[in-house]
Amino acid sequence: MSGSAPDIDLLGVTTLWLLVGLPAVVGIALSVAGRRATRLAAPVSVATAAVIVVVAMAVAILRPVVEVPFLSGAPFGLAVDGLSALIVPTVAVVTLVVLVFAAAEGTESPARFHGLMLIFAAAVAVTATASTLPTLLFAWEIMGAMSYALIGFRWRDDSRVSGGLTAFITTRAGDLGLYLAAGAALAGGAGLGLADLAAAPSPWRDIVAAGVLLAAFGKAAQLPFSFWLSRAMEGPSPVSALLHSAAMVAMGGYLLLRMEPLLEVAAWAAITVAWVGALTALLLGAVAVAQRDLKQLLAASTAAQLGFVVLAAGVGSVAGGTAHLIAHALTKALLFLAAGAWLTALGTKQLSELRGAARRWPLVGVAFAAGALSLAGIVPLSLWATKDEVLAGALEASPALYVVGLAAAALSAAYAGKALFILWAKPSTEKRGPYDTEQRGTRRIGVWARIPLVLLAVGAVIAGVLAVPPVGDWFRGVLGAEADPRPGVWELVGSAVLALLVLGLVAGKRARAPSWATNWLYLGQATRVLVVDPVLWLSEKLARFDDNVLDTLVNQTAAGGMRAAFLAVKAETAGPEAAVDATASAARRLGVLARRPQTGQIHHYYAQITVILALAIVLLLVLALVVR
Amino acid sequence: MLSLAIFLPLVAAAVLAAIPRIPDTVVRWTWLAVTLVDLAILVGMWFSYTSPQPGELAFEEQLRWMPSVGSSYHVGVDGLSLPLLALTGVVFVACAIYALKDRDRQKSQAGLFLFLQSVSLGLFAAQDLILFFAFFDLTIVAMYFIIAGWGHGDAARSALKFFLYTFLGSLSLLLGFIGLYLGSEPHTFDVVELAKTTPFQNAPVAAGFVLAAIFIGLAIKTPTFPFHTWLPPAHTDAPAIGSAVLAGVMLKLGTYGFVRIAMPLLPDAWRSWAWLIVAIGIISVLYGALVALAQTDVKRMIAYTSVNHMGYVIIAVGAAGVVSDSSAQAQQLAITGAVVQMVSHGLVTAALFLLAGVLYERRSSYDLDSFGGLAAPAPRFAAFFAVAAFASLGLPGLSGFIAEFQIFTGSIGTVPLSAIALPGILITAALFLRALQRLFTGATCGLSVDFTDLRPREVLSIGSLLLLSVVIGVFPRFLLDVIEPAASVLAVLVGR
Repeated sequence: MSGSAPDIDLLGVTTLWLLVGLPAVVGIALSVAGRRATRLAAPVSVATAAVIVVVAMAVAILRPVVEVPFLSGAPFGLAVDGLSALIVPTVAVVTLVVLVFAAAEGTESPARFHGLMLIFAAAVAVTATASTLPTLLFAWEIMGAMSYALIGFRWRDDSRVSGGLTAFITTRAGDLGLYLAAGAALAGGAGLGLADLAAAPSPWRDIVAAGVLLAAFGKAAQLPFSFWLSRAMEGPSPVSALLHSAAMVAMGGYLLLRMEPLLEVAAWAAITVAWVGALTALLLGAVAVAQRDLKQLLAASTAAQLGFVVLAAGVGSVAGGTAHLIAHALTKALLFLAAGAWLTALGTKQLSELRGAARRWPLVGVAFAAGALSLAGIVPLSLWATKDEVLAGALEASPALYVVGLAAAALSAAYAGKALFILWAKPSTEKRGPYDTEQRGTRRIGVWARIPLVLLAVGAVIAGVLAVPPVGDWFRGVLGAEADPRPGVWELVGSAVLALLVLGLVAGKRARAPSWATNWLYLGQATRVLVVDPVLWLSEKLARFDDNVLDTLVNQTAAGGMRAAFLAVKAETAGPEAAVDATASAARRLGVLARRPQTGQIHHYYAQITVILALAIVLLLVLALVVR
Repeated sequence: MLSLAIFLPLVAAAVLAAIPRIPDTVVRWTWLAVTLVDLAILVGMWFSYTSPQPGELAFEEQLRWMPSVGSSYHVGVDGLSLPLLALTGVVFVACAIYALKDRDRQKSQAGLFLFLQSVSLGLFAAQDLILFFAFFDLTIVAMYFIIAGWGHGDAARSALKFFLYTFLGSLSLLLGFIGLYLGSEPHTFDVVELAKTTPFQNAPVAAGFVLAAIFIGLAIKTPTFPFHTWLPPAHTDAPAIGSAVLAGVMLKLGTYGFVRIAMPLLPDAWRSWAWLIVAIGIISVLYGALVALAQTDVKRMIAYTSVNHMGYVIIAVGAAGVVSDSSAQAQQLAITGAVVQMVSHGLVTAALFLLAGVLYERRSSYDLDSFGGLAAPAPRFAAFFAVAAFASLGLPGLSGFIAEFQIFTGSIGTVPLSAIALPGILITAALFLRALQRLFTGATCGLSVDFTDLRPREVLSIGSLLLLSVVIGVFPRFLLDVIEPAASVLAVLVGR
């Protein structure tokens, strides 16, 4: 809440505008400057991100609220409450760390890269602090567009651009839900403030909830939208680390946590959310186990882990969901950056080719291990505790949800273990494939690329304190979620043992993965067959209809008009016009006759005059004779 | 001041025509100077504008013209027309800059565009039906000569089709205007007077026929499904600046007619037929987007997206006719969104057509598949096209979002079934991203090789249009403060 002194208020408002404005302005400036800012880009971007971390801490403490007129009855509103006070600094830290890594790795067109990343950071800041629907949607869609531009960052490669297109169109399909929600909120008379939505009368409330669900599921890569995240892996690794795990995808889960009061009043929505989250965690967990590409494995795991956050929102466990969101952001950013470091160094992200890569760079390997073990739910690392807090909420809601969630947790251990064991396996040339299958590797990982990994690894190890007293109590206090269910000792022990058991089971085992799991449940193919192809077919048909039917009809009407005109002329000619025509043509013939003597030669005229005079004299004589 | 803004270009055109043997350079720069002065006048009006009381106008001027039939030279400005007057000024400046390098019959071209600018401004300011009709027809004549004279491909045929089709529309419009005249008591063509008396209050059938005549006339101009087939050939064969004016300014004549004439003068009929109007809008949105998706010619594609974008306007004005006790905010949002969409579409589509003109000027082709990897030789062109495409598909931060968010929120707020049109913005996104991908990404091949990037004159002309789209997208208040009061007044007028 804002302080009593006006200058504290002013400071808060200033920092909040700085939080969203600074990265936006610097990002746009870098993007516009383009090649001219090649050298400056990385330092400027890292410095900006560093300032933003400080600013984010400040707004978390000051909790400012700002509102400026935007649309009629729907101001552009930003506010920092307990939830955003926790999320905003997390995202800021991850952004800084990822940008340091990206600067160390180097990239083509650095100004464009860092510019887009900073614009994205601004959009996330607005999303996380938005207090009205138009504000949220404003930033929400910009995140999507930056995701498109960053996935297709290396635009000479058509498949990368296609990956960006798939990601943008799929998530925008979900975004339509927010347009629907805004309309329904207005129809219900609730206003467009996010906090007011739960007050809309039924059935408008239900439509609002449906719209919010759709948008959140799309962004968070929940079922049935998950496949876009697979295509998003065509983007550079820092992009995957920031957008497709820690920030943008996470915002899908975040939106549901923020909208938890709405879910509570629309009971069907809460149940749907819980089950979609649980099933995504389970099925995408299975997909992750089946992947042979490290980034694909991590992507499927991201969707699955976000499933836990979504499940938490559905069962009303806001504290557990938020803790899991934060812990997962740190963990997954670490794993993606490590994967990116190896991709740069070895030119591959295929697990079979990365065999033993962790041993070659032990520091990177240890950091990766910390992240993977956290992901597996090993005691006492972060995701172990946070996930159990979510599951405690699920158990209270429905035992079936708990069982599905526990199975999903076991799968987390399986896929994390799979990656871990392969990367730490003894490299043996006959088992390992060749390097440089995807790009030319540099064979080195610089020190500034390693430092971010270590920082994130520390976070991935200790973030679990957010779910355990005493820090956990403070955390719940910030969120106002003191009454959320806590896991019992046996649940904590049980899940820890389960994780260890699964880890032991997958050690050294190689099972044939079912093709539905390697192919991401065929979701992409299904979308192509059921949605994309029919739409394209329809568009071709309609285009042909437009040319061959509609336009032809118009042309024929015009031609018909001409024909009718000709017919009318003909009818006229045959009828009353005929007499007139005959007279006219007779006159014309006379005219022709009359013209015939006019030859223009003088002697002809003389002859004619003589003849006429002779005739006149003859006429006179005849007349005189008659009269007499 | 208003008449000065309207007739300055016309006077300049007459002067240019009167002076024989004037050098082309002088013609070009005079043309640009006149459009700039005219824009300056319009901007001055914008800053001195305060929203008039309901039923009144700002910068009002009235002269006796044909008192026997209740028609006068009556012009004036309110929140619905001021944004469109300003848009007209901006688009014509952009065209004058873009045409600085043209060498083909400069004097006639400049004269025609100046003439067209005058009649377009006159139309948006007209408060008399006869005056409105006269300007409406004169725009058609001017555009016919622009397409036929400076177009390419099958220009003569396309121009003729454009002329006959839209002229037919204007006749339907005239029929409706005469109907309004006969239905008013006392007989008048004055829009302000007609809005006060509301003709046909107790004759719903007659009102329905009059509305039908006016609606068809405006729908052809807009154009909505199924009256749009003149648009793609007209655009494809028109010169770049002709297309820019056609899409940027002239399509707005139709949609502006709805908010200026059809809605306030025939409120009962409008409310009765609102459902049909919304349905036509929904069909236009989806049909336009789907047909655009299948196009391989850049200009045809953009032309069909105009059908889609104008469809949103139709949905909004239709939905604003569904009145209930609690609908005031939704109606106002929908109307505001519709007017913003007119401005936004004017800026963005004009920019897109000028960009398409760059393609044709360099390579004489609009074929998407003949290009590829164009971002390598022409990064600035790629960036401009991308911004224009994202603005057109309604990305936040650009003007299209401000328009479409208000249109959808307001329309769904009064007619929940308007949500059927939502996939329109998804299909538009898909088709623009596909076009971007075909033109700009991948390996540089085909006609893209050695493509010259945007020249300064092109950057200035297209950039200013896009910059305005960004300004409206980020700081929309300066525009909405003008539109919103007028939208509220219109919502009340429709509701009576």
